Amino acid sequence: MKTLRLFPLLWLPLAVHAATSPEIDAIHAVDREGKGNEAAAKAWASLAQSPGAELPALLAGMNGANPLAENWMRAAISVVADRAIAAKEMPVAALKTFLLDTKNSPDARVAAFDLIQRADPALAAEVTPSLIEDPSSDLRRHPVAKLIEKGNAAKEAGNEAAAIAAWQEGLQGARDEDQIKTLAKNLRAAKQEVDLPKHFGFLMNWQLIAPFTNADRKGFDTIFPPEEKVDLSATYPGKGAEAKWQAFTSTDDYGMIDFNKPFTMLKEVTGYAYTEFNSAEDRTAELRLGCKNGWKVWLNGELLFGRDEYHRGMKLDQYKLPIHLKKGKNSILIKCCQNEQTEQWTVEWQFQMRVCDATGTAILPAAE
Amino acid sequence: MIRTFLFSAIVASTTLSHADWLQFRGPGGSAVSTDAKVPGPDMKVAWQADLPGRGLASPIVVGDRVFVTCSSGPEQENLHVFCFNAADGSKRWERVMRATGRTMTQSKTSVAASTPCSDGKSVFALYSSNDLFAFDLDGNLQWLRGITYDYANASNSLGMASSLVLTGGTLIAQCENDSESIALGIDPANGVNRWKIERPKAANWTSAVVWKDTVALQSSKGLIGIDPMTGTVQWNYTDGAATIPSSAIGSDAIYIPSNGVTAVVPEDGSTTQLWRASGLKPGTGSPLVLNDALYVLNGAGVMIKASLANGDEAWKLRLSGPFSGSPVAAGKYLYIASERGAFQVVDTTAAEGEVVCTVELKETILCTPAISGGAVYVRSDGHLWKLQ
Repeated sequence: MKTLRLFPLLWLPLAVHAATSPEIDAIHAVDREGKGNEAAAKAWASLAQSPGAELPALLAGMNGANPLAENWMRAAISVVADRAIAAKEMPVAALKTFLLDTKNSPDARVAAFDLIQRADPALAAEVTPSLIEDPSSDLRRHPVAKLIEKGNAAKEAGNEAAAIAAWQEGLQGARDEDQIKTLAKNLRAAKQEVDLPKHFGFLMNWQLIAPFTNADRKGFDTIFPPEEKVDLSATYPGKGAEAKWQAFTSTDDYGMIDFNKPFTMLKEVTGYAYTEFNSAEDRTAELRLGCKNGWKVWLNGELLFGRDEYHRGMKLDQYKLPIHLKKGKNSILIKCCQNEQTEQWTVEWQFQMRVCDATGTAILPAAE
Repeated sequence: MIRTFLFSAIVASTTLSHADWLQFRGPGGSAVSTDAKVPGPDMKVAWQADLPGRGLASPIVVGDRVFVTCSSGPEQENLHVFCFNAADGSKRWERVMRATGRTMTQSKTSVAASTPCSDGKSVFALYSSNDLFAFDLDGNLQWLRGITYDYANASNSLGMASSLVLTGGTLIAQCENDSESIALGIDPANGVNRWKIERPKAANWTSAVVWKDTVALQSSKGLIGIDPMTGTVQWNYTDGAATIPSSAIGSDAIYIPSNGVTAVVPEDGSTTQLWRASGLKPGTGSPLVLNDALYVLNGAGVMIKASLANGDEAWKLRLSGPFSGSPVAAGKYLYIASERGAFQVVDTTAAEGEVVCTVELKETILCTPAISGGAVYVRSDGHLWKLQ
């Protein structure tokens, strides 16, 4: 067994915020297209020999790591943990300390929770309720699941008030769609109001313009006037009709913005949607998009990402775009292209977008 | 150079066995076992092992070890690699990694759709998220890639399913889709690209097959022969092809799911068409060549035996379908499991073909079986079975 030579950057008894060693440095250096793999493999072989007592330090090695390096560390942790569990040498108290320190990265803390659950399920159950407001949506799932069960049991026992209380507490903490759907259904069945657009942070009010052409799918790369300047009073020659802006407000629980409603079910067309988001502060955030059409997204005039895939499926949070919101007005422009397919399942020309933090917690616009 | 080649040959000869089933549809993607010890017609469950997540990737077999992948979690973000003992189904090791690419798939498929492959020393596991991991046979991580992390639009919202192929010293990964459609030739020693080529911008779930010293990549455009070491095009069949069933390899020709089935001989930089049978229409499963015949499972669950010489049909046999997996073969038998869990053995030498054994596994099975050591392995979302 090899003891890790770890050099904590900030090594406090209750907070393993970051750790480094030549091995962890080598793993943190991995990058795209296999860069750093060979050095990481050597480092990994060394880290995998660590004793179980080093697991918190290995978990700290996930802090600040890119997703590739996280996986390198995850695999090393798995090997060390297998050995430690077999030898009944899991440092569960230290793992609990690591888990409860929210300065550690969410993925590292999820790994810590999983280790605790393997080694000491009772301890995992004990800490679960404390995770209801956790920065990790993965960790929130555990207490939310317990609250769903608690509410269901109360309803079964005829105590509807207790059931509603448990489900409402669960909804307050829930960030994953499946759990939110379950809780919203239960609460609405119990005649409780649930504001899903607000819970998710969907952007419901937009200005839409169409139809520009998307013949031969060339609209995706064509720069139409709204990409150069958003002028809500302007009109343009469109595909078979004049293109002009019009207000659209979604009434959908999941914030669907449906171009077919104002413009009818057109094919081979391009539309744009524009809105403004008033942020209370300068901050990091995510724009989360669901869309089965070709799309591009700009924030404050900067292209964030685009994808020319059509009708392969759509889901909530299909694309997560990290952004920086500036205090005050932020402009959001979406290009949404409809293609030439005529099958029934290619009718949709729509998207949904929400603003949230990395946990999926809605960021609501500040009052004007 | 010669010394390196000899050393490699010696290593290969000491680590690979004809009993091994190292990739999707076995040796070279042929779907036919080259193992002297073949499974018989009378199959029974030898053991079953629990799996904690979903998957339709086939098992592979290296020596006395069976490897299989699955995905779990609310978004299928947990990527599992399992190693089981072939003898009794006991778990040797498991690794759980995390998806760095998109995990969205159509509901029937899953993130663990691509079959892993091995060179007898390492196991390479690819997922729909385009995460690619290399472990040694004992579960030690050798390298990893996040191909969607590398190329942000290389994904398919319906899910990816093309399986890995290792040939000519290169690991070939197809990440073909409507947007950033690519294929990579990767150094199996360190995970670094030997080459990267653009592929037709269209969703594609077929897997490559090995034809002599080329690797054949299928797409809606046709079938293209690539030098595995350089990625350069050696031959190109351009008359279109299916995007779900893959091609069958014979000793003298490739049988492409193209306008029915088209028999093609690639040679000297071009392709020669031998025949085309428009009535042979493979369903989801891929055709195979066994002995002197081509076997095609159509979308209605009918197995068709056809002539390798001209594509003429010899017999048709309705199996108990429907099917998502492909048939595999050993000796004179075909082995396939239906989506409803009916594992079936077909005697190809019976006058009209005959189902000689059915084992009801009573779970949804979407995978293609693997054959090794006189046994057949299949998996569901919940279990891995050994039948013999």
